[in-house]
Amino acid sequence: MLTAAIFTPIIAAVLFALWPLRRQQPAMTPPPPDDADPTPDPGAEAPMATAERALPTPGRPEEQLLQAAATLVAAVPLALLVASWIGFDSTGGFEQVQTLTWIPTLGVSYRVGVDGLSLPLATMVAFVFIAAIAYPVDLRGRAGSYFALMLFLEGVSIGLFLALDLFLFFVFWDLSLVGMYFLIGAWGHGDAARSALKFFIYTFSGSLALLLAILGLYLASDPRTFDMAQLIRQQPLSGTGVYASLVFLGFFLGFAIKTPLVPFHTWLPPAHVDAPAPASAILAGVLLKMGTYGFVRILLAMMPETFGHYAIPLGVLAVISILYGALVALAQSNLKRLIAYTSVNHMGYVILGVAVAGLAVSGEAKAQSLALTGAVVEMVAHGLITGALFLISGSVLARGSTYEMDVYGGLAERARMLTGVTVVAAFASLGLPGLAGFVAEIQIFAGALGVSPPLAIIGLLGILITAALFLRMLQRLFLGPLPVRWRGFPDLTLQETVVLGAMLFFVVFIGVAPARLLDVIDSFARPFVGRI
Amino acid sequence: MPGVGAASLLSLAPLWRDGGARVAAQGAQQGASLLRMSTDIVPEIVLAGGAIVVLLYAVFAPRRWQEAAPVLAFVTVAAAAVFSACMLRGPASLTFSETYARDGAAIWAKLIVLAATAAVVGLSVPWFRTDARQGEYYAMLVFSALGAVLLAGATDLKQFVISTLLSSTTGFVLAAYHRRSSMAAEASIKYYLLGALTNAGMLIGVAYLFGLAGSSTLSGLKQGLPEDNLGVAAGAALVIVALAFKMGAVPVHAWMPDIAQGAPAPVAAFITSAPKVGAFIFLARLVLALPDGLDWRPLIAVLAALTMTLGNLSALWQDDVRRLLGWSAVSQTGYGLLAVLALGRAQLAVPALLFFLLAYVLGNVAAFGVVVELRGRTALAAYGGLARGRGWLAGALTVSFLSFIGVPPLAGFVAKLALFAVAIDAGYTWLAVVAVINTVVSIFYYVRVIAPAYFGESERPAPVLGHWAGLATMAMALAVVVVGLAAQVFLAAFADARLFPM
Repeated sequence: MLTAAIFTPIIAAVLFALWPLRRQQPAMTPPPPDDADPTPDPGAEAPMATAERALPTPGRPEEQLLQAAATLVAAVPLALLVASWIGFDSTGGFEQVQTLTWIPTLGVSYRVGVDGLSLPLATMVAFVFIAAIAYPVDLRGRAGSYFALMLFLEGVSIGLFLALDLFLFFVFWDLSLVGMYFLIGAWGHGDAARSALKFFIYTFSGSLALLLAILGLYLASDPRTFDMAQLIRQQPLSGTGVYASLVFLGFFLGFAIKTPLVPFHTWLPPAHVDAPAPASAILAGVLLKMGTYGFVRILLAMMPETFGHYAIPLGVLAVISILYGALVALAQSNLKRLIAYTSVNHMGYVILGVAVAGLAVSGEAKAQSLALTGAVVEMVAHGLITGALFLISGSVLARGSTYEMDVYGGLAERARMLTGVTVVAAFASLGLPGLAGFVAEIQIFAGALGVSPPLAIIGLLGILITAALFLRMLQRLFLGPLPVRWRGFPDLTLQETVVLGAMLFFVVFIGVAPARLLDVIDSFARPFVGRI
Repeated sequence: MPGVGAASLLSLAPLWRDGGARVAAQGAQQGASLLRMSTDIVPEIVLAGGAIVVLLYAVFAPRRWQEAAPVLAFVTVAAAAVFSACMLRGPASLTFSETYARDGAAIWAKLIVLAATAAVVGLSVPWFRTDARQGEYYAMLVFSALGAVLLAGATDLKQFVISTLLSSTTGFVLAAYHRRSSMAAEASIKYYLLGALTNAGMLIGVAYLFGLAGSSTLSGLKQGLPEDNLGVAAGAALVIVALAFKMGAVPVHAWMPDIAQGAPAPVAAFITSAPKVGAFIFLARLVLALPDGLDWRPLIAVLAALTMTLGNLSALWQDDVRRLLGWSAVSQTGYGLLAVLALGRAQLAVPALLFFLLAYVLGNVAAFGVVVELRGRTALAAYGGLARGRGWLAGALTVSFLSFIGVPPLAGFVAKLALFAVAIDAGYTWLAVVAVINTVVSIFYYVRVIAPAYFGESERPAPVLGHWAGLATMAMALAVVVVGLAAQVFLAAFADARLFPM
């Protein structure tokens, strides 16, 4: 079942990739890429003031058909993962494991399974992909390859979270980079090729550090294996010797770049700003989670002793990320950059929770498991909320062809639906009670206060700043007088409304009724922290 | 097979000294043993015979029939490959008075070289179709493949000298096959001068080692060489430099980018692949035969670090794709040396070396194949928008480059993984880190070609050469994917492969 969830989209991707070769070649001149001008002159567009502004072209019927087909395929993994939820027993170990020998000479096998950590994340990933694929986007005449890449990315991303073998994990890790590189480069705007390259180089450097660390762990294990369950049992490296610290450093670099933690975050803003909106949603919702997932799944689980030793510096980095991300976001005038920096801030919360959970203290197991559960919920919540926010930014760009917030204003009058979903998403992101973000952050900070009060208190400042910056964002976009040129500003289409509505439904759902989700995550977090 | 010929002459020598019936009986016995031994070199005999047949055909067949020459060459190569594959079942042993090995490493090296040669024959068909001298070209190509094959099997210094010379001499001719091209002339002159220099050094080095050990076989060297001796170090260094020339390693790497750029593109694909395989295998054999007191690992480590770094840095701002491929080939040699370094220290060193060679050769021939199929187009700017009209070629180029970078699940990834693992296992973690940094650097120049191919625009699809070259290119690119996915098949086979004198 899990294997099918990984490979259905990948196989479908191959079919989609082959599609346009036959169908689109004759007389298909791609529309010129309408690049977003980052700094438009506010008065320049005045003449077309009252004209109805053009929406993203719905595309030819064939493209719409392809999109519908891709959305259907993308829904298959979600259905399979839901089935996996139903069969999930919360035993605390890996369940529904499927194994196939692959390269026994190196101790590599194809092994997938779920536990209380990977199941919620994989489900969230599958859901975000459906939303991203179903969202309208300028396809630039390459519908087949766009949906092929999207489906391919969905398969490898789900595979990464389900992989129970470090080798397999790394394979999916690298493939996700390649997929995202082409997605940004080919369908991005602005200086897309450069942003894509920066993204690729940064994260690929991280992944090579990760590769060395994986090899270090592999060579230390006895018998040599890449099997995650065995490595967790063996604990091949403990303590803070040079070898263990180097391996820790390798893993840390790989995951910190991907997460990203300050000061390894500089690839993120350009990649986000220049990527097409659905790709941004996936980058934030899915790819960043790979980093935080690695912190928990590998560093915390396989090297807890070393982790405990370095937990305080890690917590400090997390708090710096929280504050830095929030402050820089506050200063942004570009909508998408703002959302990108709030991602840095939110990933800081996650890492704070993980660091606190891994700290070597005794008698605080309850607080620590609370923080870990909170961190995992934050990963899920951030995926949905920030995914929605990035999709919204895409809709704004399609209507106003700029991300500069000062150009807009008073849109609440014209676009009620857009205003509504943005308000919900923004409040969820700043941690309003009753929404998913709150459930996560309250647990992280409650846990952190119990274990390391100074870190928690400084971190709380971040929430304050986030609240301020989101309120300012809403004010700049939707309140105040409506400029004459936006009088024809169209509201969300049905397609956009349905996708965003579904995402925000789950944000509210997790906020109101988190019990089942928390149970599953607790089944992983409680015994896990107790064991350290 | 001059080396083998010499050995057989020696074994027949007593015939002249003795007389009578005993001699006849002994002669029959000798003949029988010669026959038995010659079963160990069937692929080599097939290659030599086939090359001669191609040559005679080229000389005597009328011009309009010349196009059958590549068919003959391909059949020869395929037959040699089939015979080699059959030898995988037999036991590993030394043959012809310990001058030649039929071990797993030699046979797999043969198969890799022959696969590359077969693909190059495919690439050459449309490229040389209008060349009046195309028949002789294929004869020369098969002889050159024979040189690389013999080099991989050599376990004797004299055998090594002869196979190196066979491989080099034919290489010089192949590189200059376009007589009117000044680029080709410049490249082959450079190749020749460096080759002549290092080959002369090689002869001196071989003389030293032979003299000090009293034997020219590698097993003889292992027993006979004095532990702590400057002469041994000097002799070994001279031989290693000659091998570095064949591999394109520092300090005698300079010919590689020139050949890649100037030689006929199919020849460039061949010369940057096949001799490298033979040279790597013989280097591995040689270092294993050196006395324990001589610490050769630091030398190889420094060569590896310099080679990969220099290759990568030089490739960075190349605006000529063929030259870029040449520098990339240099840097790949640097990675491969990690496996040589780990010999005797890491269990997986030999499999890592063989897998690297396989992945490298497939990816390299595929990349050059794309250049050939695009009629040798070489300006970086001309690759913009390639994916729009020539999606398959852009795909092959991407697969090959991503494999060079080491992106899973392609063959290059497993190769790099194995190389890093054996280097760390052998205690050379710093070199693995250098290799990783180099890999990051290398992304820049590979992406400089791939990105415009996908993100750029082009007016009309690029003109291509012909379906034989396209077929060979696609086969190689497909092999890069398949070998990566089915890595176990090869790793398991390589793990059983012996490498004399181990």
